[in-house]
Amino acid sequence: MAAQTVAFVERVDEALHDSMLQTALERATTRFLGNRAKAVADVDNFEALRNQARAIRAGALAHLDELLARLADNVERHGGHVCWAEDGAAARQYILDLAQQRGVRTIVKSKSMASEEIHLNEALEHAGLDVIETDLGEYIIQLAGETPSHIIAPAIHKTREQVRDLFVRHLGMEPTDDIPTMTRTARTVLRQRFLQADMGISGVNFGVANEGAIVVVENEGNARLTTTAPRIHVAIMGIERICESLDDLGVLLQVLARSATGQRLSVYTSIISGPRRPHEPDGPEEFHLVLLDNRRSEIIGGKYVEALMCIRCGACLNACPVYQSIGGHAYGGVYSGPIGAILTPLLQPDLPDAHKLPHASSLCGACEWACPVKIAIPDLLLRLRADAVKNGKYEVYEPPAMFGWRQAMTNPALYRLGGKMASFGTHLLARNGRVGWLPPPLDGWTKQRDFPPFAPKTFTELWEERKKQG
Amino acid sequence: MTAQPHRRAVLFVTCIVDQIYPDIGFAAAELLERQGVEVVVPRGLTCCGQMAFNAGFRDDAYAVAGRTIEILRNQGDVVLPSGSCGATIRHLYHELFHGTRHEAAAKELAQRTYELSEYLVDVLGVTDVGARYDGVIAVHDACHGMRYMGLGRQARILLEHVAGARIVALPGSDECCGFGGLFAIKQHQISEAMLQRKLTHIAECGCDLVVTGDASCMTQIAGGLSRSKSRVRACHLAEVLANRVEG
Repeated sequence: MAAQTVAFVERVDEALHDSMLQTALERATTRFLGNRAKAVADVDNFEALRNQARAIRAGALAHLDELLARLADNVERHGGHVCWAEDGAAARQYILDLAQQRGVRTIVKSKSMASEEIHLNEALEHAGLDVIETDLGEYIIQLAGETPSHIIAPAIHKTREQVRDLFVRHLGMEPTDDIPTMTRTARTVLRQRFLQADMGISGVNFGVANEGAIVVVENEGNARLTTTAPRIHVAIMGIERICESLDDLGVLLQVLARSATGQRLSVYTSIISGPRRPHEPDGPEEFHLVLLDNRRSEIIGGKYVEALMCIRCGACLNACPVYQSIGGHAYGGVYSGPIGAILTPLLQPDLPDAHKLPHASSLCGACEWACPVKIAIPDLLLRLRADAVKNGKYEVYEPPAMFGWRQAMTNPALYRLGGKMASFGTHLLARNGRVGWLPPPLDGWTKQRDFPPFAPKTFTELWEERKKQG
Repeated sequence: MTAQPHRRAVLFVTCIVDQIYPDIGFAAAELLERQGVEVVVPRGLTCCGQMAFNAGFRDDAYAVAGRTIEILRNQGDVVLPSGSCGATIRHLYHELFHGTRHEAAAKELAQRTYELSEYLVDVLGVTDVGARYDGVIAVHDACHGMRYMGLGRQARILLEHVAGARIVALPGSDECCGFGGLFAIKQHQISEAMLQRKLTHIAECGCDLVVTGDASCMTQIAGGLSRSKSRVRACHLAEVLANRVEG
């Protein structure tokens, strides 16, 4: 995957010219948006539910220390272990040490963006462990050697035909476009892996502090197998993904499933509180909860704290015309789409071009309106843009352009002069009243669009003339 | 006609209308004057500052917007033929001026700032401006006006009363046209892809005129229509309402 080495503008270009990707994105985002609209209409007052969910998320972030401590205490009381991981390296080391101490050879994983964030698979595989993704989408991209391009639909960028080819090549499937056949093929392979595995690694949708429990939602049953079949279960949770009570959880689950997949409730909701108890017939012998900070605590209390309200539903991705155009990989970070354009500069600031992501938005606001917890995404993007400028990250032509613009907009004589020059220049370039070419950097406009010439006389001038004429 | 209380409103045409589309400014002035509103254009009014604010150059935005706030002080209702610039004053100024000497004035200005169709329908109670257009009209909802000022209903009410016009639904009328200010230049490839989707929808709906409330979105859409040699035209809402577009 070349995302880390190729510049953002080139990744965008590649995405826009990838006709398979365009087909896949069009199919998938349209389906997601339609399902979400239906599921939202199904609730009497989805707006009220959003407000409630937002208040719950804001409250949890305001009491994060206390809730995390309560969660950890309760997990330990149930016989689980808690790892406070300051960063990705600490989380990886804990899991790696655990695997080595317990003689683990095979690991099954259910979907976890936090594990993507810390590049866990690479580290485990590097240590000689056999790691298998069990979410169908994740499995597909693991076979393809790629990364997720969507928070909840990691293989959204793949068409059915591309998946067929992968399964034929890697799993020896007879060529077919029949989705049930393809799913069955993957299922047969994965079943064996579940039975072999010594360790299961899952993500966490929410931690519930009062219960000392983690919640995992899914539609395939693979997460339930991952968290129960192997003898060790490791759950990785971003520290912000917490709520206080099961009542709060109820609200969050309602908006999550509707916003993510357009379901009233996901097919499987597992509430897991610790390892197998002595009287229980099954479940893992050990339960480890890795609480991942990885720069999150730096965001708490600052101007980007709203970004931590995110419940990773992916609705803003589906609603975003930019995501619809370029897909997830072009963003280059672990999280893509509008929320990714905020999270990547905050969580992965060293990624080249991370500061450019907040500019990959027309600020249309579709994301904010789709967000189940009403994160003011455009406002946060604007703050990131301002911070980037403060840190000297801008195009070379911007400071002089802004300086000139500011002088013109605050000085009527210069404003008039600038307008006259623009009018003169654009009329020189115009053919049949349309400007088909502008000099760089403005040529970005005229590649596929015409521009109108500036008026010979401004409205203000003409208005003054009209007034004088009475 | 019953005597109406005297109304006076500042018309803030915005920089793009002032410099490129003076006709839209006159159309807006005419619409207000026909409703008995005395239109005032304060000297030296230029720009709301959105361009620099969106680019992240907040000091420059502050200088321009701070001057605008001063010019609009004690001027009564302010009407803009733009949901985007209107939303800048109503939504973005809050953050730009938070904790500065202009904070109170910015808040006060936001409360008396209106977009044109909003002012006509919600404040003046107008539904029929007496316009005529013989043709098929589709409405593109400009994002900022729609989301941050609650616009959309007002333009449709006004257009439904235009004699001779048939209004057709534009698929994805609430999807961004791809303008986005400097986004259109800095991320021109994405902006172009978004524009292409808009143009496809416009071609599908069978309209001959696309009407929108923002000159910036109109520039994007018209630029794409003209480049693709489409027969469909784009205009500002004020222009069709003030009978400046022939069917």
